[in-house]
Amino acid sequence: MTLRTCAIALLSVLVAAGPALTPAPVGAQGKEIFIPLLVYRTGPFAPSGIPIANGLSDYFTLLNERDGGINGVKITWEECETQYDTKQGVECYERLKGRGAALVNPYSTGITYQLIPKAPVDKVPVFSMGYGMSASSDGRWFPWVFNFPTNYWSQASAVIRYIGTQEGGLEKLKGKKIAHIYHNSPYGKEANPTLEDLARKYGFDLTLLAVDSPGQEQKSTWLQVRKLRPDWIYMSGWGVMNQVAVKEAAAIGFKMDHFIGNWWSSSDADVLPAGDGAKGYKGATFTAPGTNFKAHADIVKYVYDKGKGAGKKEEMGSPLYNRGIVNAMFAVEAIRTGMKGAKGQAPTTEQIRWGFENLNLTEKRLEELGLKGFTHPIKISCEDHEGSGPLLVEQWDGKKWNIVSDWVQPMKEIVRPKIEASAVDEAKAFGYTQRDCSKEK
Amino acid sequence: MIYREAGQFKTTYASDQAIFPIVQDKWLVAVAIVAAFVAVPLVANEYWLQAVLIPFLIYSMAAIGLNLLTGYAGQLSLGTGGFMAVGGYAAFKLTTAFPWINILVVFVLAGVIAALVGLVFGLPSLRIKGFYLAVATLAAQFFLIWLFNKVAWFTNYASSGTITAPPRTVAGVMVTGPLATAGARYVAALALVALGALVAKNLVRGRIGRSWMAIRDRDIAAEIIGVRPLRTKLLAFAISSFYCGVAGAAYVFLYLGSAETGAFDIALSFLVLFMVIIGGLGSILGSFLGAAFIVLVPIFLTNIPHLLHLSMPVALQKQVELMVFGGLIIFFLIVEPHGLARLWQITKEKLRLWPFPH
Repeated sequence: MTLRTCAIALLSVLVAAGPALTPAPVGAQGKEIFIPLLVYRTGPFAPSGIPIANGLSDYFTLLNERDGGINGVKITWEECETQYDTKQGVECYERLKGRGAALVNPYSTGITYQLIPKAPVDKVPVFSMGYGMSASSDGRWFPWVFNFPTNYWSQASAVIRYIGTQEGGLEKLKGKKIAHIYHNSPYGKEANPTLEDLARKYGFDLTLLAVDSPGQEQKSTWLQVRKLRPDWIYMSGWGVMNQVAVKEAAAIGFKMDHFIGNWWSSSDADVLPAGDGAKGYKGATFTAPGTNFKAHADIVKYVYDKGKGAGKKEEMGSPLYNRGIVNAMFAVEAIRTGMKGAKGQAPTTEQIRWGFENLNLTEKRLEELGLKGFTHPIKISCEDHEGSGPLLVEQWDGKKWNIVSDWVQPMKEIVRPKIEASAVDEAKAFGYTQRDCSKEK
Repeated sequence: MIYREAGQFKTTYASDQAIFPIVQDKWLVAVAIVAAFVAVPLVANEYWLQAVLIPFLIYSMAAIGLNLLTGYAGQLSLGTGGFMAVGGYAAFKLTTAFPWINILVVFVLAGVIAALVGLVFGLPSLRIKGFYLAVATLAAQFFLIWLFNKVAWFTNYASSGTITAPPRTVAGVMVTGPLATAGARYVAALALVALGALVAKNLVRGRIGRSWMAIRDRDIAAEIIGVRPLRTKLLAFAISSFYCGVAGAAYVFLYLGSAETGAFDIALSFLVLFMVIIGGLGSILGSFLGAAFIVLVPIFLTNIPHLLHLSMPVALQKQVELMVFGGLIIFFLIVEPHGLARLWQITKEKLRLWPFPH
C-alpha cells in the first residue's frame, strides 16, 4: 500500500512539476550567435554521428578561442540528442529555436524534410550540407534551404562519371551492370531517379537494392548481388548499415575497388570492422581526409591542448570528422558574409540567409582559413543553392583513406533540369510561389 | 470532503447510466474540456503545442484504438503502426486526389479505409489466439510498411518516398500544411480526439463493448450465450483500425507535416502497446494516461538538466534519461499492474473517504 501511495505521489509531482520543467526560451540575440546542433551520439547511427558532432563543436571552439568568435561575436551552441529519429529531432528543433537559432543543421534527411516547411515561417535557415531534399537546390523556390556543396543527384552523376572514366569512357558503360544498394529511407532513395535517368542515357543495367533500416541484416541483398554479379556497386548507406555491407562484400569476394560508397558511406567506422577485407573500398567525398591542414593544427593548439576538445585527438581527420569541420566552416563563412563586416553585433537570421545566398568561398579564402585543398571553392546564388560542387574519390588502404582521383565534375546538364522540375513539384505541395531572382539584392 | 457523492440521488435511468455519474466528475471533465479548447491555445507557446500536446493527443487516439482491440476485446495486436500508416497514406492520397473534400472528412475516410484493412488482417483472429495472433498482426505491420515503401503510387511518385501534408483549411482556418499555426492544428487534433473518446466510451458501455469483453474473458462462454465470435472480433479489428487510421492521418497532417514509412515502423506499434499497458488495459482514461506517460515523461526528463543548469554531455544525458524512464515503467508496473487508470481509481476511492478514513 505504501508503494502505491508513493506511486500516486510521484505521479502528482510529475503532473504538477512537469509543465515547469519545459524550457522557457531565453533569447540571447544580439550578443551571441546561437547555433543549435542536432546530433546523434547514441543509437544505431552513433558511429556516424559522433565524429560529425565532434568536428562541428571543435571548429566552433577553435573560432571562439583563436578569433574570439565571428567578427568579435562569440558563437554559442547547444547539442541536442536526436538518435537520428525524426520526432526527437523536431522536438529538439522546437526547443532550441526559441533561443534565437542562427541556422540549423538537421543531419538527417528525415528531419530536413520536417524543417523545410518550417524554415520560411520561423525564419531559420536550414543548412542541409549535401543531404536532404535535392530539389531544394533551386533557391528560387526554397529561399531558406541550402544544400551545397552538392546534392545526392549531382553526387550520383559524378560517381557514374568516375565509373565511366575507370571503364575508359562513358560510352563504355553500355551493358555494364551497376547496382545501387541503398538505405530504405528518403535519404537512400534520393539518388534513384537520377541513376535511372543515367542508366537510360548511357545504357547500363541498373539494379536497385533496398536495405531496410538500420541494416544489420543484409544477407538477402548480398545473395542478390552474388546472383547478379554487378560490375560496380554504388552504396547510399548510413550508420551500422555501411560496415555490414562492407563486411558482406568482402565475404563474397567482391572486387572492393569496384565498390563505391557515397559520402555518408565512407568513414573509418565503416571499413574498420571488415579488417583487411575492406582494403580497396572507395568512397565519394567533398572534403579531403586527414589532418595535414593548418586549421587542424590550430584545433590541436587552441582546442585539444587546452583540454576543450569534443572527442579524442587521435580521432581527428576521419572523413566524417572533417565533414563536421567543413559544415561548421561553411556555416561560419555564411554568417560572416551576412554580417557584411559589421563587428560586435550578431546578425539577424535574414542577414544570415542573405549570407548563405551570397557566399563566395574562393581558393584564396580557403587558404586564409587554413583549409587549402581541403574542399573545393564554392559560389552560391539566388537560383543555385547547391553550387554543383565536384567531388573526390577516396580509397581505403587498410590504414587510412587516400585520395585516388581528381575532382570529378557532376553532370550538371542532366541534374539541374531535374532539380528545377522537381522543385516545381515539391514547392507546389507547399503552395509556394517562385521568387524572381533578378529582383534580389 | 469535496469529492463526495452523498446526497446525489439517481432518479432516472438516464442519470444512472451517465458516463460520469458523480457530479464532481462531470464538472471536472467539463472544465478540463473547456480549458483544453479555449485556455490552452491562448496560453501555450509553440513548443508546448507542437512538441508536447499535439503528439500527446494523437498518441491518445491511437492508444484508444488499440485499447478497444487489446484491452476490451482481448486481441493482442502489434500492427498499430501499420494501420496508422494506412490512415496517413490514405489521407494523403485522398486529399491530393480530391482537394475539395474537407480535411476532417478526409481523416474520417482514411479511418474507414484503415478499418477495411484492419478487417482483412483481423481474419486470422478467428483461428489463432494470444501470442500467435500478435505474430499474425506483426505480419500486417511489416507487410503494410513494405507496401508503402515499395509502391510509389502511394506517395504520388515522390522521389524520396516522403508524403507531405498539403495546405488545407477548415472553415477558413489553415489546419494543415506549413503555414498552419500550431494552435489551429492543436484544436483540430483535440476535436478529433474528444469526439473519438466520447464515441469509444459509449461503445464500450453498450452492447458491442460488452460482447467484446465477453469474448475477452472466455470466448467459449461468450459463444454459448449468443455472442458471435466472427462478427465481434472482426468488428473490434475494424473499429480499432478506424481509430488508428484517424490517428495516423492526424500524425502525418497535424503533427509531423511530412512523413515516410520510417515514421510508422515497429517501434511505433510497441510504443502504442506500452501506452495501453501502462495506462491500463480496458480503460479509455487509461489510454490518455498511458499516452501522457510515454510522451511527456521523456520530454520532462530531457529538460531536467537544463533546468538545473547541469552541463552534461548529451549522450550521457540521453542514456540517463532512458534508464530513468525504464526504471519508472518497471516501478509503475510492479506497483500497479493494472495501469495508471487503476491508480486513478484508487485515488478517487481514497478521496471519497478523505479526510476521515475509517
